[in-house]
Amino acid sequence: MTLAEMSFVLPDLRPAAAEIFLLVMACAILLIDVFSKNPKRTMTFVLTQVTLLCCVFITFATSSAEITYTFSNMFVDDLMADFLKLLLYLTVLVVMFYSRAYMLERAPHATGEFFALTLFATLGMMVMISANHFVTVYLGLELLSLSLYAMVALNRDSVQATEAAMKYFVLGALASGLLLYGMSMIYGATGTLEITGVAERLAMGVANKTVLTLGLVFLVAGIAFKLGVVPFHMWIPDVYHGAPTAVTLLIGSAPKLAAFAIVMRMLVNGLIVLAVDWQQMLIILSVLSMAIGNLAAIAQTNLKRMLAYSAISHMGFMLLGIVTGVVGGDARYALNAYSSAMFYVVTYVITSAGTFGMILLLARSGFESDQLDDFKGLNKRSPWFAAIMMMLMFSMAGVPFFVGFFAKLSVLQAVVAAGYMWLAIAAVIFSLIGAYYYLRVVKLMYFDEPTDTSPIDAPFDIKLLMSANGLAVAVLGIFPQALMSLCAYSLLRSL
Amino acid sequence: MDMKSLYLLVPMAPLVGAIIAGLFCRIIPRWVAHTATIAGVAIAFITSIVIFKDVMAGNTFNGAVYQWLTSGDYKFEVGFLIDSLTVTMMLVVTSVSLMVHIYTIGYMQEDPGYNRFFSYISLFTFSMLMLVMSNNFMQLFFGWEAVGLVSYLLIGFWYTRPTAIFANMKAFLVNRVGDFGFILGIGLVLAHFGSLDYATVFQKAPEFANVTINIWGSSEWSLMTVTCILLFIGAMGKSAQVPLHVWLPDSMEGPTPISALIHAATMVTAGIFMVARMSPLFELSTTALSFVIVIGSITALFMGFLGIIQNDIKRVVAYSTLSQLGYMTVALGASAYSVAIFHLMTHAFFKALLFLGAGSVIIGMHHDQDIRNMGGLRKYMPITWITSLIGSLALIGTPLFAGFYSKDSIIEAVKFSNIPGSGFAYFAVMAGVFVTAFYSFRMYFLVFHGEERFGKAHDDHGHAAHDAAAHTKSAHDDHAGHGDHDGDHDDEEVSHDHHHGLAPGQKPHESPWVVTLPLVLLAIPSVIIGFIGVGPLVFGDYFKMTIPGTNGIPVIFIDNAAHPAMAEFATHFHGAAAMAMHAFSTAPFWLALSGVALSWFFYMKRPDIPAAIKARFEWLYTVLDNKYYFDKFNEAFFAGGARMLGKGLWKGGDVAVIDGTINGSARLVGWVASAVRCFQTGHIYSYAFTMIIGLVVLMTLWVVRA
Repeated sequence: MTLAEMSFVLPDLRPAAAEIFLLVMACAILLIDVFSKNPKRTMTFVLTQVTLLCCVFITFATSSAEITYTFSNMFVDDLMADFLKLLLYLTVLVVMFYSRAYMLERAPHATGEFFALTLFATLGMMVMISANHFVTVYLGLELLSLSLYAMVALNRDSVQATEAAMKYFVLGALASGLLLYGMSMIYGATGTLEITGVAERLAMGVANKTVLTLGLVFLVAGIAFKLGVVPFHMWIPDVYHGAPTAVTLLIGSAPKLAAFAIVMRMLVNGLIVLAVDWQQMLIILSVLSMAIGNLAAIAQTNLKRMLAYSAISHMGFMLLGIVTGVVGGDARYALNAYSSAMFYVVTYVITSAGTFGMILLLARSGFESDQLDDFKGLNKRSPWFAAIMMMLMFSMAGVPFFVGFFAKLSVLQAVVAAGYMWLAIAAVIFSLIGAYYYLRVVKLMYFDEPTDTSPIDAPFDIKLLMSANGLAVAVLGIFPQALMSLCAYSLLRSL
Repeated sequence: MDMKSLYLLVPMAPLVGAIIAGLFCRIIPRWVAHTATIAGVAIAFITSIVIFKDVMAGNTFNGAVYQWLTSGDYKFEVGFLIDSLTVTMMLVVTSVSLMVHIYTIGYMQEDPGYNRFFSYISLFTFSMLMLVMSNNFMQLFFGWEAVGLVSYLLIGFWYTRPTAIFANMKAFLVNRVGDFGFILGIGLVLAHFGSLDYATVFQKAPEFANVTINIWGSSEWSLMTVTCILLFIGAMGKSAQVPLHVWLPDSMEGPTPISALIHAATMVTAGIFMVARMSPLFELSTTALSFVIVIGSITALFMGFLGIIQNDIKRVVAYSTLSQLGYMTVALGASAYSVAIFHLMTHAFFKALLFLGAGSVIIGMHHDQDIRNMGGLRKYMPITWITSLIGSLALIGTPLFAGFYSKDSIIEAVKFSNIPGSGFAYFAVMAGVFVTAFYSFRMYFLVFHGEERFGKAHDDHGHAAHDAAAHTKSAHDDHAGHGDHDGDHDDEEVSHDHHHGLAPGQKPHESPWVVTLPLVLLAIPSVIIGFIGVGPLVFGDYFKMTIPGTNGIPVIFIDNAAHPAMAEFATHFHGAAAMAMHAFSTAPFWLALSGVALSWFFYMKRPDIPAAIKARFEWLYTVLDNKYYFDKFNEAFFAGGARMLGKGLWKGGDVAVIDGTINGSARLVGWVASAVRCFQTGHIYSYAFTMIIGLVVLMTLWVVRA
């Protein structure tokens, strides 16, 4: 090997500019926080927010309609990545806004770490979104997961939280193992770990089918854990319930975007040839998730736990959009199907952030406000926030003219177009069952007497953001077209 | 500012007014509420005039302003179609609405719901404008339902009165029947034309003229006939045609300004407007037009009869509205769409005038509405008197007044029509002229002339009030379904009537200027608009401009080969003045005159005759007093049937099947939940175990099987 061949060529850093910037800032913020004396962590908070805003700007500035690869094809920058990242920044921004007061009250010593860890988690998600290599996917996933494990346990005096963190960690490690094993099998079958490369090798038809299928099963299991679909969902209720609500809010919102992205990267971009197989696997997982998620949610008395089961059912519903992309080798409806799934996940993230945000808004020191009974008579305490919560619940249930309805509608359209009539009917029936527990919250707020009559004392800016979040659900329901078109356009440019 | 933003301004200005007055109705003082809403409507009115001038200069518009959503190949848009028909309706709606807004300041002066009322009527104006300006069926349906909603809210405006609640419920339910047909019609259009856009649908319509569809069994139905009849059923609900008319008289429970604006001048004409707008569709089906003309003539004649025996001043005007809506429908059936729209316009002005006049009388009489307690008011309320006289003359079709031109045009057009049912229609509209003149002037004489019956005879008044109360009581009776509360209602009503009305010796007084000004301003078009309008609107090129976005389809499309009535009628027209001169030698004029003369003779000269007739023809009076038993039938058949059905479903369906299923599914849920809990032990090894099981199952299914 000559010297010239060994010389180090600097990779094109532009596509990853936002990631690099975020990494630098996250490290800096961690250091600055150590030396900060301010008990309110204002500096840390403002810096994280500014960092995210800068990321918005950088992603915007470096965005192009072309697909660019860098770091020896390990990293990809396309419109889907840019769009998902922008949504990710906004979600994390909103999450931190909602969480700040709560964290300062519950874990004043760890609030700085909370912000820094959130930034690292965000970085992990960004890497997942832009991964074009199985190792990159794994890298991002672990960065996200490790940050989340730590965050669940931030309130280390709480037995519940530490227990949840421990469960999350052990099961997460198991899932990572499954995922890695699946990746290694695929490497064995195709001889490459680069996602686009895998797709090329598979298209040539040289791979060993048995090894490949084995790898696929493990890969799907790993993804299913991350999405939280049955039977890989067991961690979800315990972690959602046990973690501090601020962390639940984070786990319940932004990572769904990243999970969607790795489904698109690994299964659609990489293993589209095996679509028949993984689509059938996901159909099973999807139906099970909708059934168990919706039925189990009815029995819950804790709102966080109820929302955990609701998340399971929603991810099951979203998968319906993924499984209808290729019908009998014909990918004619793929764009419609995948963009419906993307629209579903985006609207779910918006709604879910609002719902957990509402729990945070109502919580105060010594009172979590996470029981269903805590929402009794909310209309008497605050008609405005009761109305906002009602809109969020209606959207979750898929009541017409809230955005959740259009999300369900577009996924169902994809399912019907693919000819899976029975699947569409099952999805509608399970949604109807699900409507029960969302509407029960509305009933509690409007028709029951409050058990607690204290007024809501949240800072004005959080109230404002909460209102905007709730109204967004209604406004997007009246004008869903723009967001739908954005999803479709960004996918069109990336597939 | 370009025209598109002007178009947008017309509906938006009243909407902003409604939002200001509505959302902040508890905070803002009264003057803010009425200033904001009146300003909004005034802006809409002025903008409409500008748009009218622009349309006259030949600038029409058809386009979307916002795409709401796409679903497959279907597009749902918000858009405007601005042509001569639209702009006529815009002018009528905004001008009458403006008058009513001003009038309301005086009429609702003492009402605690002042701001709410202004918010509602502005919201109504917005909805109505969205309806008429629409360029597609979806927005039409939006406007259609929105005006229905506001109408519901306003009929029940005094929501503490049981009669008002009953009336708004009734209006709501009856309109649902019509809307059911309407939305089925829209559904047929979407299913067969693949678009909801007017221009596209009109363009494609001729291709579908001979298409048939299978509804049930093996009978083939013409698509256009079914579609048009279904759409017309919607119009029957909204424009109160027999048998869906029953809600309109009861809607008089609402405050008088809305009776004028919604239940006389604008909303109830939405059905007429809709059919005229759909003329390219209706022209393709003679059967549907025949259906339209028969329904219209039944309404025109039989609703007029009911006006004769009413004693509530507003109900007399309400029945005349029903009858006039029948006239418009007859014109539609005779393919004289332009005449229908022309009558719609003239009627809007003089009927609003009559209603507001009635409202002014009601103010003067301290909210006593029984015409048997009035008389001789001419002396005390001179402006109300003269304007009401103008309105009545316009209504009965006195030559040179507005109503004359439109009503005579309808009669002439029907005469030349050759579609099945036009013979009966001709008889109905002719007889209707006499009946209209009779009851209009019965009311006029009883209110403004003769002996002063107010104030002094309080025993009589009490008796009359009791009559009215007994009348409303029968409504409650049916409504409540069991009689134990009726006593209370009865007492409330009587005491209510005693509270209002003039005390002995008290005299009525003229209303304040905010009330009389709209009367005067409405009296002007009631006199002149017919003379000005008849030439261009009915016979000229006004409605012959092309609908923008279509391939030369005129705004009002008439298939002259199949329905030659209008073409033939046009050859007999020689100018507005000649038409008025000619009128003196035609039957309608003499019929109207004899109607007026007879009512004068009966109610001024020999009041004993009507009483004798009433005694002699007791059965006829009973039939009329019961409004041909429509209400009784609806109560017994539909309401009773629905109650029986409900009870049956409750006993059989709810208790047996649903409760069974629900309890069963509750048990199932409980079982599933406990099963889930069984797995969700909280022990980490069971979680891991579940995951491994899942993995093994997947592997078995895919790897081992393969």
